[in-house]
Amino acid sequence: MKYRSVFDIIGPVMIGPSSSHTAGAVRIGQLARTLFGRTPDSAVLRFYGSFAKTYRGHATDVAAVAGLLGLPTDDPRIPQSIELARQQGIALTFIAEEAIPAHPNTLTIELADGRGTFRATGVSLGGGLVQMTEVDGFSLKLSGDSPALLIFHRDAYGTIAAITQQLARAQVNINHMEVSRSERGKTALMVIETDEKVEPEVVGQMESQSNVFKITTLNP
Amino acid sequence: MFRNMKDLVHQAQEQGLSLAGMMMAQELETPGQDKDAIFARMAVQYQVMKQSARRGLEGLRSRSGMTGGDAKLLEEYIQSGPVLGDGLGLRATRYAISVNEVNAAMGVVCASPTAGSCGVLPGVLLAAQEHLDKTDEEMTWALFTAGAVGYVIANNAFVSGAQGGCQAEIGSAAAMAAAALVELAGGNPEQAAHAAAMALKNLLGLVCDPLAGLVEVPCVKRNAGGAAIAVTATHMALAGIKSHVPPDEVIEAMYQIGLSLSPTLRETAQGGLAATETGNAWKQQLWNPVPGQEDA
Repeated sequence: MKYRSVFDIIGPVMIGPSSSHTAGAVRIGQLARTLFGRTPDSAVLRFYGSFAKTYRGHATDVAAVAGLLGLPTDDPRIPQSIELARQQGIALTFIAEEAIPAHPNTLTIELADGRGTFRATGVSLGGGLVQMTEVDGFSLKLSGDSPALLIFHRDAYGTIAAITQQLARAQVNINHMEVSRSERGKTALMVIETDEKVEPEVVGQMESQSNVFKITTLNP
Repeated sequence: MFRNMKDLVHQAQEQGLSLAGMMMAQELETPGQDKDAIFARMAVQYQVMKQSARRGLEGLRSRSGMTGGDAKLLEEYIQSGPVLGDGLGLRATRYAISVNEVNAAMGVVCASPTAGSCGVLPGVLLAAQEHLDKTDEEMTWALFTAGAVGYVIANNAFVSGAQGGCQAEIGSAAAMAAAALVELAGGNPEQAAHAAAMALKNLLGLVCDPLAGLVEVPCVKRNAGGAAIAVTATHMALAGIKSHVPPDEVIEAMYQIGLSLSPTLRETAQGGLAATETGNAWKQQLWNPVPGQEDA
């Protein structure tokens, strides 16, 4: 079931005009920022499908930038987001792509600063609900509605068991989990969505494992 | 746990619950949920709907200038004592337009199920609250009724115009509003389900063809139509009329129609009203930035 709560239907409370093209874009922007972990120096936004055709009319560009700034979907400053980003010195580029995407409302965001680059793709499902489908080349299905851990790790036996044992000891229940890898034996991404928030100490213990490269936490 | 309208109605009848009660029970199945907190959150959504409905009556315009001011015209028309009467349908239409004009003007709204269709449910409910003299608490429960129907449609078909056309947005909203109005008026779960089906049936095949891709024309007036159809479907259901095609099959039909719709008629502004002479003129004006002006 894609829609899990009554508030996916009656909600979100948002700035108009479109739940998929405005509120959904804010959500994708917010998730990209959270996964990147900081305010970027530059952002490239690539619009696909219906987004590419109509992003200006629906203020999809304005909405996604508002999300990148960390504004919530009902923030009255959303219409001024591009000006706000300029004031913060963020360089913005918008590109309407010709390629036909798997989902009609697809947005890819590329972020960069002096410390690194990041790329994420999200789709807007309608009613403000979104799903992140790609992070740094790894495919995933992340709604962002539950607490989640994105664990980049060496593709080696025992890593998944070690992580899930740590969650079990911390009494954290997993509600969704998936693993994808770039190449056998290289880097893999483990996405774990949980019912409870995972405490920073537990995340720290996981990160100290030799097979774990990096963990990004999402706490909605 | 309900996955379709048949389960929803059957389980409601077995447990002696309304559709609203079923939705709350399902919401409580998620670990860590609290009934009072869920209800309080929904009460906020209703207040947002009320505020947006009032704001639009003052008369405001969208940034493009394409829409705005029509809710105010309807309000003045109602105040003047229209010769055809000022019943529930007309009052629902006024609020539906009002909320959707606020949406087009980038004001605060509650998506239900989407922003493009956010006027239908508040339109019907606010008019019904005045008509039936209901409390905000009763109205908040009606949002759970609407949510139950929307939940089934969203999980078995779609609610976005980009995927299924306007039938997926205004059609779903009208179905949700009809079911909510049935329960507010004292109807039973089966009547609510049939009202939803009859509302949706009347909007099957409706394409998503907004001018220049903006959620303005024809969206604002389709919210009006959706509200009026919801009221009509409710009257039929309360009279004992049933949808000859069962509610789940109507939802499946909506899904299949959506899948077969050309992409030009799914929120891309390439077909239907968007491709008329007027639609093309708006596209020309809004999609081509003034030369020399930086895009962002």
